[in-house]
Amino acid sequence: MEPRGSISIWFFIGISLVVNGTLILGYGIYELIQPAQKQNPIVLLNHHASVWWGALLLAAGITYCYHFLPGRKRG
Amino acid sequence: MISCALTLLAPQRLVHLTSVDIVIVVFYFVLVLAIGFYLKRWANTSEGYFLAGREMTAWIAGLSFLSANLGALELMGWAAAAYQYGALAVHWYWIGAIPAMLFLGIVMMPFYYISKTHSVPGYLKLRYGESTRALSAVTFAVMTVLMSGINMYSMALVMKVVLGWDIHFSIWISAITVAIYVALGGLRSAIFNEVLQFILIWAGALLIPILGLVEAGGWHALKLRIAANAAPEYTHVWSTLGSVHNNPMGINWFAIVFGLGFVVSFGYWTTDFLVVQRILAAKDLRAAKMAPIIGAAFKMFVPFIVILPGLLGIALLPVKLVGEGAAVAAGGHSYNEVLPLMLARYCGPGLLGLGVTALMAGFMSGMAGNVSAFSTVWTYDLYGALIHKSATDSQLVRMGRWCTVLGVLVSIGTAYLVMQFLSIMDYVQALFSFFIAPLFGTVILGMLWKRATAAGGFWGLLAGTLSSVGMWVWVKRVPGAVSTIALYSKASPMAQDVWRAVWSWSVCVIVTVVVSLMTQPRPISELKGLVYGATELPSEGEVPLYHRPAFWAVVVALGLIVLNIIFW
Repeated sequence: MEPRGSISIWFFIGISLVVNGTLILGYGIYELIQPAQKQNPIVLLNHHASVWWGALLLAAGITYCYHFLPGRKRG
Repeated sequence: MISCALTLLAPQRLVHLTSVDIVIVVFYFVLVLAIGFYLKRWANTSEGYFLAGREMTAWIAGLSFLSANLGALELMGWAAAAYQYGALAVHWYWIGAIPAMLFLGIVMMPFYYISKTHSVPGYLKLRYGESTRALSAVTFAVMTVLMSGINMYSMALVMKVVLGWDIHFSIWISAITVAIYVALGGLRSAIFNEVLQFILIWAGALLIPILGLVEAGGWHALKLRIAANAAPEYTHVWSTLGSVHNNPMGINWFAIVFGLGFVVSFGYWTTDFLVVQRILAAKDLRAAKMAPIIGAAFKMFVPFIVILPGLLGIALLPVKLVGEGAAVAAGGHSYNEVLPLMLARYCGPGLLGLGVTALMAGFMSGMAGNVSAFSTVWTYDLYGALIHKSATDSQLVRMGRWCTVLGVLVSIGTAYLVMQFLSIMDYVQALFSFFIAPLFGTVILGMLWKRATAAGGFWGLLAGTLSSVGMWVWVKRVPGAVSTIALYSKASPMAQDVWRAVWSWSVCVIVTVVVSLMTQPRPISELKGLVYGATELPSEGEVPLYHRPAFWAVVVALGLIVLNIIFW
């Protein structure tokens, strides 16, 4: 619960997930399109965790931002 | 600010942050500071500053309750303990946490909440009198700043290992950030940031066990690898506890069940004001009862991101990790570095930034929890009670803000002190048993036994604390004393701490009972709202089963039993 008129903590969390998800997904897609030339020390790179994990965070973030948008009535 | 850190890089590091990682880390710092500035407007009264206006829902209070504990102790320390001792470390999450959290919610929370106390020492003042409160407040203040220093040191260690950052720079930058957002927004700011940090910790750390299990080939294959690299006992939680000789920790089932599961765990989760303060901020009694139960439900799954990475480290890391002393001497990696090593193994650009942010978030939430609790206890239980009894509300808030800054500065000093100790975890456990175990004896007798008197409470707490410190000093000076304290000459430091907690709690209870029986008790009418049997607990009314905290407590307890059977 937040004081009257304040922004919900869940909205802040949504913002955080959207920003992080966008950055991680964006870099993951960049890596897919343009794979690194030199030997990469990361294990299981072929699973492209950046892509699916970034997409998951982005989707969760958008959901939180929409649902807890300041001023939006929640049923 | 993070960009500036790049100029301070040490020569060796596990990974290099790319620009996308730096943006993620910088964004985190900006967001937590923005939350602090935004919430400042609701922290102008003492109730608003120290108890977040008592407006938190059960979910927010519950996640904050858990997150305040997800500091360095949880993330780095228990991953290290899992590497060192195997799956036995999970007991500190399950039997060593869940029953106590449920007990807090169902049995103890009504007394804390109905008494409208601002702190645990505040409850002791109402129940036993001023002297017990002062003793408890002083010991708590000492413990919290020491714990906060441990958090700082641990975070700086991560930054050194993972990024090669200068250890002093890491300590100061995190400390200043925490000081700003807690001093501005008080407990509300700490709670909001703790919930954010809780989500980030999971978002950043969950990939390690997922990808680790993929690499290992599943749980069964992981067990085989651990058996080959260490021993089969490392993947069992109960079957090796029949004797101290059968497990790497040198501990038996009695110490785990009674020492850890009862004394240490109940002491920490029900009387440590660091965590209890979050529940006191709940909006009503039902939310206050539900919050620890929600926290317990999530607590059961924290080993997935803490203990499992330690076990995966045994199976998958190409290097053998050693103790801190050996690592420093030989230039290798220590147990304490297992989590960042696993992070560096699986996380590329972007994910690495999120993982580093998760670690920072964990450390900062632990630090903020300690600092906000220290500020409250100092302001209410020492400054307001002993130094300036007629302080106005605005003076208390001003003192709270200054105390936050002071607490951070003392913590920084402590961080430098902690660098001298070889094992972070063992030190933390020693602290718990000094103060927390006897305090639990005092509080539980106060809540459940009407006959306990003011003199009994004070002398019991003092005797228990002194006996704990005395045993610790005894073992330090005479190493052979371990076989007397822990009933086994090769007991690990963790096992020693559990046993010391058992003895100090026992001393506290015995002294409290004996002194109470020799002194005059308070009239029952004065104990209303403070003691079981003298207090009429509010009815929950006619509500559906799924709205009752007791129902969810039973569900969580059943989940705990099932997990223990699966990993027996």
